[in-house]
Amino acid sequence: METSILTKKRIEELLEKGKRLDNRAFNEFRQLEIEYDISNKAEGSTLVKLGDTQIIAGVKMDLMEPFRDSPNEGVLMVNAELSPIASERFEMGPPQINSIELARIIDRGIRESHCIDMKKLCVKEGEKVWAIMVDLYILNADGNLLDAGNIAAVSALQTAVFPKINEENKVLFGEFTKENLPISSLPITITSYKIDSRFLMDPTQEEEDCAKARLSTNFVFDDKETYIHAMQKGGEEPFSENEILEIIDESMKQGQKIYNLVKASIDKHNKSK
Amino acid sequence: MTPKTIKREDGRNYDELREMKAKVGVIKNADGSAMFSFGKTKAIAAVYGPRLLLPQHLQNPEKCTLRCYYDMAPFSVTERKRPGPSRRSSEISYVTKNSLSHVIKLENAPNTVIDVYILILQADASTRCAGINAAALALANAGIPMDEMVSAVSIGKIGDEVVADLTKEEEDFTIEKNGKIEKAATDIPMAVLSKSKKISLLQLDGKIKKEDLKEAIELAKKVTDKIHKIQIEALKQIK
Repeated sequence: METSILTKKRIEELLEKGKRLDNRAFNEFRQLEIEYDISNKAEGSTLVKLGDTQIIAGVKMDLMEPFRDSPNEGVLMVNAELSPIASERFEMGPPQINSIELARIIDRGIRESHCIDMKKLCVKEGEKVWAIMVDLYILNADGNLLDAGNIAAVSALQTAVFPKINEENKVLFGEFTKENLPISSLPITITSYKIDSRFLMDPTQEEEDCAKARLSTNFVFDDKETYIHAMQKGGEEPFSENEILEIIDESMKQGQKIYNLVKASIDKHNKSK
Repeated sequence: MTPKTIKREDGRNYDELREMKAKVGVIKNADGSAMFSFGKTKAIAAVYGPRLLLPQHLQNPEKCTLRCYYDMAPFSVTERKRPGPSRRSSEISYVTKNSLSHVIKLENAPNTVIDVYILILQADASTRCAGINAAALALANAGIPMDEMVSAVSIGKIGDEVVADLTKEEEDFTIEKNGKIEKAATDIPMAVLSKSKKISLLQLDGKIKKEDLKEAIELAKKVTDKIHKIQIEALKQIK
């Protein structure tokens, strides 16, 4: 259901007093939980719960002919499905702009961070390379699909394993090796939402409905120095230079915390295997 | 900012834009239209509306709806691009709409729609920026009340240098690192509003530190003034 004008007004009134409907601080994330191996047919899969937002990410792999301009590099594809299962706002039919943008922002974060060594995904130059396909399914939409979707995608990639192949370089579907993908980092996307003149992180659906603009920033925290690898401004309201720099500072701080949580969870899972 | 002396492949300074051309009224049938080019990147835009939005259930009784369509001609790139919309063009259409809608007084014409069609004829990087510049001109040409002008530019970082208006060649710049060839250019398309200097389009891909991003935003604000002048000149040519 559309968020009512009354609820929006209430949220804005509370923000003025420095409060949120669920008593969180402006930059506080909801409880994050990651479950692994959701589907044993997938090369890697995770269920990410961020408050009431739930997203499944599944990784499938196949061998394919490389693209002409990169004969010795693997292929990455990210797709997001906003299925009607997750919200009464979603409808069946061809992908709408919100699912296209969601998939492309997550794709860009993974691609531009160069976390996957695409050259190591080459089996035979010009003929066979690995294609990594990440499919995101929203199970329950309650705001901040961008950050939660990114966590689901990267944690599924980090825990995925190669399938077995035979001598003719054909994939033996359903049989897995124990070898993880060549991934060197864990890119994290943090999005700030602008409501009036305030910035909120990890909004619920109702809070997101009040926002006039958002800014997503993708960081890699694995190296000594933290770099920004991707950004996207959404919504119709513009930002001033200071607002942008302020958002980046805060996103970097909160991103580091999320990174630590996700990293610890993945390491624990990979060790238990 | 410290003045920089680096010369680029095509002899430009770090803050020098490619030669810009702008022309208003290029499509007679449209309510407003314009052409804008950065060097070899050429975009045309046509505006139809405000006109009644049909089917009726799409109408917004509070304000006018703005729709943007970005499209690349199949012959605009070296290898033919399949005609029709793609995921890339849908996303660019969406960010273009977001970059323009804040300056238009949409509440003036409830239940109507303004359609902005952008066609890229020739691509050499910065196509979305050229498209936005052409679209802003076309909107002004259509007589649609706007609070301020929108000027877009792509700022990049090549190696360690922050420079304005990348070409395709600069965008694909690579360096050799530990025996591996790495892509080393960062591309940041931005749109700056002419009066408030606020940023209505911001995308980024590559690798950049916060300090360099600050420099990039400041450079964008500086060079969009030049684009704004070209746009105003073009609008003065309307007879």
